[in-house]
Amino acid sequence: MASQRVFQLGLRRAGVPSLSKFQPAGRMAQRRFAATQHVEQSEGQEILRKQRLQRPVSPHLSIYQPQITWYASAFNRVTGVMLSGGLYLFGMAYLAAPAFGWHLETPSMVAAVASWPLIAKIAAKATVAFPFFFHSINGIRHLSWDLGLGMTNKTVARTGWAAVGASVALGLYYTFLG
Amino acid sequence: MATTRALARLATRRTAVRPAFVSRGFASVTDTHAREPVSKIAEKIVPDKAADVTPESKTSTVKDPHPGKDAKIKTFHIYRWNPDEPSAKPKMQSYTLDLNKTGPMMLDALIRIKNEVDPTLTFRRSCREGICGSCAMNIDGVNTLACLCRIPTDTAKESRIYPLPHMYVVKDLVADMTLFYKQYRSIKPYLQRDTPAPDGREYRQSKADRKKLDGLYECILCACCSTSCPSYWWNQEEYLGPAVLLQSYRWIADSRDERKAERQDALNNSMSLYRCHTILNCSRTCPKGLNPALAIAEIKKSMALS
Repeated sequence: MASQRVFQLGLRRAGVPSLSKFQPAGRMAQRRFAATQHVEQSEGQEILRKQRLQRPVSPHLSIYQPQITWYASAFNRVTGVMLSGGLYLFGMAYLAAPAFGWHLETPSMVAAVASWPLIAKIAAKATVAFPFFFHSINGIRHLSWDLGLGMTNKTVARTGWAAVGASVALGLYYTFLG
Repeated sequence: MATTRALARLATRRTAVRPAFVSRGFASVTDTHAREPVSKIAEKIVPDKAADVTPESKTSTVKDPHPGKDAKIKTFHIYRWNPDEPSAKPKMQSYTLDLNKTGPMMLDALIRIKNEVDPTLTFRRSCREGICGSCAMNIDGVNTLACLCRIPTDTAKESRIYPLPHMYVVKDLVADMTLFYKQYRSIKPYLQRDTPAPDGREYRQSKADRKKLDGLYECILCACCSTSCPSYWWNQEEYLGPAVLLQSYRWIADSRDERKAERQDALNNSMSLYRCHTILNCSRTCPKGLNPALAIAEIKKSMALS
């Protein structure tokens, strides 16, 4: 079978002489002398089973192109965890405060923050303001997607960058002015 | 009559001949600028075993054996792993090709490497025109079909080709699709009916009902979307993934099918459908320009409202 194919291929090549290029006779026939051996089906299954145990997982996170779609989604989750985690921590501390004698009432906290240096105030405000605005604005996108609206590629990219821009602007405003 | 109709059609189109920049190349990668993903930082904290690949800087470069006179040499870094040497780490092998002697598409480059440079390079391909879905792979960081993806002509930039992300590698660029096809089978992708057709001949549907299937039936199951989905990466065993859910919606939306409730019921658990967090990588990467995310949103909506 293979020899027949080699013969046919040789014929075909010989039938179309290329004048521009001289081809040595050795290249007339395609050389493919792969060593093959017969393997029983059960034996083949065994080889397959062994291979399956050793297959690597192809690279994913580290090679996928950064795109607004999955980066925005990842940041949405990270900011959500930050905000809700902070809220839970503060809530539990507030509950436990009387037992430990902490002062977490509003007037004492306002007084404490007022005594901070300016840089600490700005840093504290920025760490809350940027995640808060990004998460809130991106949440609107998610709500619209749940209704099946604005899901074309173009709209998704546009609203994504708009959400980033708006959260940066609002974050800066609340960090320095608000 | 035919001429006037043709002329009228030409006149109603905005331009007689669409300029190239207007028409959208579905699968071509336009942004090939290699950037460091933020995820690299995350990987420093939690090392990712799949990223443990010998980089191209530590492997040899196989040069084009017959470059032309004014050769446009481009470098391709291709993921290689051989099951016959299972203890060896996967590696990135570099090949250089003269673009003047290579066809325009990534698949042409791969075929040329296999034919003329390195016959051991393994990949799937069949139709070379984007209808079989065999040559789905990750090219320059984006999942697409190699046959529909143009080689960026900028020779200064090097192209990187990986198999579909987060799949078991059979060899080189061939990913193990067994689970994907099993998931497809699990949604029963065929017409299910009890009542015979009223005229005893065929199941008819209105034009409006048929229109609902546009954008769904064109899916070729290349798995580009599923393997671009981070949710599918982390929960492959339980989450069905965008491609299979789009196919599921294709049958839920079909007016001739009589098992809509059962189909929805099968998805009504926390994993099969609701692992979709509308990340939207699927629609972004689909080489056929379909919208799996929208199909999933429609399933969720129909399940919430029924």
